[in-house]
Amino acid sequence: MHAAARPPIFYGLAVLFVLFVVFLYGPIATVVVLAFQGPEGGLVFPMNSVSLHWFGELFRTQSIGDIWGAFDRSIAPGAIVMVATVLFSFLAGLAFRRRFLGATALFYVVIASLVMPSVVVSLGIGAMFEMLGIERAWYSSALGAHLTWTLPFGLLIMLAVFNRFNSAFEEAAHDLGARGWQTIRYVVVPIIAPSLVGVALFGFTLSYDEIARTSQSVGALNTLPLELEAMQTNATTPVIYALGAMTTGLSFLVIGVCLLGVIAVRRRRNRFGSDAGKAV
Amino acid sequence: MTISVRPLGSDIGGSITKPCANPDSGVRSGEATVMRRKLPIVAYLEALPLAVVFLLFFVVPIALVVVVSFFSYETYQILIPDFTLDNFREVFSEAVTYRTYFITVKFCLIVWAITSVLGFFIAYFLAFQLRSRTSQTVLLLVCSIPFWTSIVIRMIAWIPLLGRNGLVNRMLLGIGVVDRPQEWLLYSELAVILGYVHLYTLMMIVPIFNSMVRIDRSLIEAATDAGANTFQVLQTIILPRSKTGIAVGSIFVIALVMGDFVTVDVLGGGQVASVGKQIATQLSYLQFPPAAANAMILLLAVIVMIALLVRIVDIRKEL
Repeated sequence: MHAAARPPIFYGLAVLFVLFVVFLYGPIATVVVLAFQGPEGGLVFPMNSVSLHWFGELFRTQSIGDIWGAFDRSIAPGAIVMVATVLFSFLAGLAFRRRFLGATALFYVVIASLVMPSVVVSLGIGAMFEMLGIERAWYSSALGAHLTWTLPFGLLIMLAVFNRFNSAFEEAAHDLGARGWQTIRYVVVPIIAPSLVGVALFGFTLSYDEIARTSQSVGALNTLPLELEAMQTNATTPVIYALGAMTTGLSFLVIGVCLLGVIAVRRRRNRFGSDAGKAV
Repeated sequence: MTISVRPLGSDIGGSITKPCANPDSGVRSGEATVMRRKLPIVAYLEALPLAVVFLLFFVVPIALVVVVSFFSYETYQILIPDFTLDNFREVFSEAVTYRTYFITVKFCLIVWAITSVLGFFIAYFLAFQLRSRTSQTVLLLVCSIPFWTSIVIRMIAWIPLLGRNGLVNRMLLGIGVVDRPQEWLLYSELAVILGYVHLYTLMMIVPIFNSMVRIDRSLIEAATDAGANTFQVLQTIILPRSKTGIAVGSIFVIALVMGDFVTVDVLGGGQVASVGKQIATQLSYLQFPPAAANAMILLLAVIVMIALLVRIVDIRKEL
């Protein structure tokens, strides 16, 4: 490992990696480029000219139906699911540090939810609301369906975080007279803040883009991913790419804000954190 | 007397208690331990919101799928409480069922083979061929970012590439490999497999990478000093120690491919039918009981495949 020269396998794998990244981002890039297609342009290359025409079309309701309604129905559960995922996973993460009756069962239920085929979850929630005679909607059945998908990620992150958490900090706080909630508020939360931002990222994006578990549980009014899926079957104009570029842009914005948040916390910590090792 | 409270997860796995990051994490003062012991109810309260969500939206619904699979149904009454095996009989008597299961398992095996090999080598590149921690983090992030964007967009994005007038066809025509646009690129099994690999390779990379960074580097140095070449190190040290990661990734990929209906719908057009797609179609006609029976069989198939994998490795070691 300390040798200066790279082994030949490095170059082979580097090429593989670059190809994989092109494969990952190439299609998305195509959609974003084609979204700027000229007014006369079609669904495929070549670019007719460059314009914002199709983004403009997004704001003319008659051309593509109720996408802004669908957008609201995606943003709202995304925000609610994000808050609930952070809060519930954090609390459950605290609980799992102690032994309590049913902990193992709960853990396996969460893992089962992660690997359960989404169509089965969706079907079950749909059937439950059907039997109860409650209308399915984004704020009830679909919200629950999203949580069964985001909470496993949240809990697993929290378990990994608390697995590496040094409880000496808490004991120090306790010895200095901090009450339980003060320890959580002023010691635990600041230490694990970057991971909480990570959980929030999973919570929002996985809910905002969820489609499989939403499909049977959302009821009559679609969320944005379902609307897009319905649109693509009879899409004739690049307006669908404009919508795709817009929602991808939003995803990137959320990811960027979260990553910057994590970096900012780290910087701050380096500046104001421990002075250990700085003495001569 | 110090009562040692084991760190998190001791009751989950037992095997993940090895003191790794901070050696003193398992040692607590007696007072703190007593404080914790006095309030077991707090743990229940903390776990309650999560438990309620999973009870209401996971445990009960899955139990209902089991129950509903024995119900009967009519056109205007979609759920009639009953105990009939008709739904299962119906599922097993239709030729389409065998076709969909065959094609779903086929997708599963092909996608598993591609993603595990690709995932292994990319994880190996990230874990062992990069020298700085920063470049590892950045490149892993580059692989992960698409995971947080829309799956539907990532599938629709193949259309301008693989379509009749898409980029790939233009290129093939341009270099003269074919003399007319190829129709089998899009809305075909190939497109569906490509879509799966595109979506799910990350599910292999992350757990395998996770296993690989735990491998003791001194083992590799020892092997190298003893004259092993890169390939031998890969085969005798890295591959066996990445098994758990490969198994975790495999479980993800199998579960996702077996239950998928969105990718098949978008990239298969009307040409490809998987089990998930069949269930979704039944549901669109509000045929809950046969869909539930079909879902039960699908679930059984997934459980059998995962059980086989879990026999090979202990997943709980991975957290």
